[in-house]
Amino acid sequence: MSLLIKNGMVVCGDETVDADVYAEGSKIVKIGANLDCAADNVIDASGKIVMPGFVDMHCHLREPGQEYKEDIASGSAAALRGGFTSVACMPNTVPPIDNAALVKYVLTRAAEVDRAKVYPIGCITKHQQGKEIAEMGFMKENGAVAFSDDGRPVENANIMRLALEYASGLKTLIISHSEDKQLAADGVVNEGLNSTVSGLKGITRAAEECMVSRDVILAETLGARIHIAHVSTRGSVEIIRQAKARGVAVTCETCPHYFSATDDEILNYNTNSKINPPLRLQSDVEAIIEGLRDGTIDAIATDHAPHHADEKNLEFNLAPFGTSGFETAFSLAYTNLVETDIIDIAALSKLMSANPAKILGIGSGEIKEGERADIVVIDPEKSYTVDSSKFVSKGKNSLFNGWKLKGAVEYVIVDGMQKEIKNYDR
Amino acid sequence: MLKRKDLLGLKDITAEEMEEILSTAVQMRKILDQNVKKTPHLQGKSVTTLFYENSTRTRTSFETAAKIMGANTTSISAQTSSVTKGETLIDTGKNLDALLTDVIIMRHSMSGAPHLLAKNVKASVINAGDGMNEHPTQALLDIYTMKEKFGDIKGLKVVIAGDVKHSRVARSNIWGLRKLGAEVTVCAPKTLLPAGIEETDVSVSTDLDDCIAGANVVMGLRLQLERQQAGLFPSAAEYNAYYGLNAARLDKADGDAILMHPGPVNRGLEIGSDIADCEQSYILRQVTNGVAVRMAVLFLLTRAKQQ
Repeated sequence: MSLLIKNGMVVCGDETVDADVYAEGSKIVKIGANLDCAADNVIDASGKIVMPGFVDMHCHLREPGQEYKEDIASGSAAALRGGFTSVACMPNTVPPIDNAALVKYVLTRAAEVDRAKVYPIGCITKHQQGKEIAEMGFMKENGAVAFSDDGRPVENANIMRLALEYASGLKTLIISHSEDKQLAADGVVNEGLNSTVSGLKGITRAAEECMVSRDVILAETLGARIHIAHVSTRGSVEIIRQAKARGVAVTCETCPHYFSATDDEILNYNTNSKINPPLRLQSDVEAIIEGLRDGTIDAIATDHAPHHADEKNLEFNLAPFGTSGFETAFSLAYTNLVETDIIDIAALSKLMSANPAKILGIGSGEIKEGERADIVVIDPEKSYTVDSSKFVSKGKNSLFNGWKLKGAVEYVIVDGMQKEIKNYDR
Repeated sequence: MLKRKDLLGLKDITAEEMEEILSTAVQMRKILDQNVKKTPHLQGKSVTTLFYENSTRTRTSFETAAKIMGANTTSISAQTSSVTKGETLIDTGKNLDALLTDVIIMRHSMSGAPHLLAKNVKASVINAGDGMNEHPTQALLDIYTMKEKFGDIKGLKVVIAGDVKHSRVARSNIWGLRKLGAEVTVCAPKTLLPAGIEETDVSVSTDLDDCIAGANVVMGLRLQLERQQAGLFPSAAEYNAYYGLNAARLDKADGDAILMHPGPVNRGLEIGSDIADCEQSYILRQVTNGVAVRMAVLFLLTRAKQQ
């Protein structure tokens, strides 16, 4: 099989070039102007942007155990629809992915359904209990790319210290869900004026920042790597900025909702705005954007958290945390970061592809000769209104339903093969 | 003219709408003072109280109001209903619709629950208290009582003292009183003040002796003793010493000041018996006025729907 993408604006590293991209089998073979190659499949990308396929280092596919919310088939198809050619799924399934057999199961299912590539993340501790470290070695050997108890913090600092130490010996990555549960105290929204106005219980920003501080200090003391998940506050960005300046091996991600929305969204008790960590203030949004601009924040991840409508159609306190994320992530980033001239498309590409690929050590994430042909073609001019009822994901719980966004995914190529994606307009 | 289907809070209604409820309540109050307390305003209407939390005062007040106006009333308690079998709030609401209920009066421990119900039923929904959010009819009866005493709300100095953080009564009063031009001060230890309250247009104090000076209205709030176990204050004795309402403190308020409390009262904790029953105490008057205010709300909401 060969593929030729003609006349696009191609994102190559820090630059964009007007070029054709030619792939043979699963690899990119040639990039250049007016390539004269015959191909089995030719895509005309005139007026379009050709980017490396997006890499989501934080999502929830819910399989095994909660297939009513999402499964590997629907989740990896929704990922493709959002332009993600690779996704790393969190292990807080039922049961949690805390052993090699379950890691293998996820990989087997993903291969069977053959949509976006799926990279399992294993648990740090057995059953996510925070008590004994899980068999990270066996899980890594069988394909786990990182370890996290996401959804729950590792509350015991000594267990976190031991996990970081053990993981560094295995040359693998610990991803911290940074939340002090005592401080969060069963809150459901950001603590501040809006928690008072709505009467909903607040979560102090200190719940996130204390844990980010603890884990950064642990990593620094041990000389270990750490990745901080879903950074949402100005304080967390500053703690990480300072740590990076000291040379700590810390990386971090944020999510589209933390630079696109504030806690004003909770005022009408819309349960799709119930997210953990919670939506914050405009000043936090600005700090997150600055962190994305100056490189403090390494990656944009979705924290795609699909839920069933029955679970979200409840009292705010009873609804689960999370928004569906795959199918709006790129447009939100493009609309709020690129269209606003905060960063250029090449910088966005790094945040959504090269950086997360590098942090996870899964390769690809760039368009260059010899690299895997994981590619998305974007229509930068297309404006549309989000209709979550049309999502490929089973999770229709989108905070962004009804939002007008710009920039749409047109074609998705995985390992040189064009994948069929749903046309929302039909 | 009041045209809404539901009364969910004072946060999102206008001063004019509040004034209409209050002036209608004046008429209703006259009916309460008659020898025969009966009027046909709600004849042929079905009113259901749906209480997910315990209440004596509010529930009885609403039921009394509805009965005086001739409505058919039904009361549902969460403990004895299908809620214990796992029925969702929306399903419960749709069933009440199917039973041809005109008004659902709901109390719920979770903020925003009445909003969810209102969006999903045809019946009018009256919020009788939701979590820490609002208790609009309580604030309306408080405001009614202040108006009855002082004539005008504008410029009135109101001090709300106690567990403001967890109080839906305080919130509804703040939103309502500010819209009508009162000067509101909230007073509590920092741990019992809600986040960001200083960003609203009320004054905030942690010194009751200081802020009570010259107040026209002193409103105490119930303090749940469980808050002590949660670490929010050290002891009943220390709380009472700094934030308890007593004769000495009330003396510092304006000479004509009134004492209010939404009930139930914790005597000796947030309010001393020496003043709970004194002439300046309007606590029981609030209760009677509550019936008139709820009659007004029931009437205006059902009338709005007919048109």
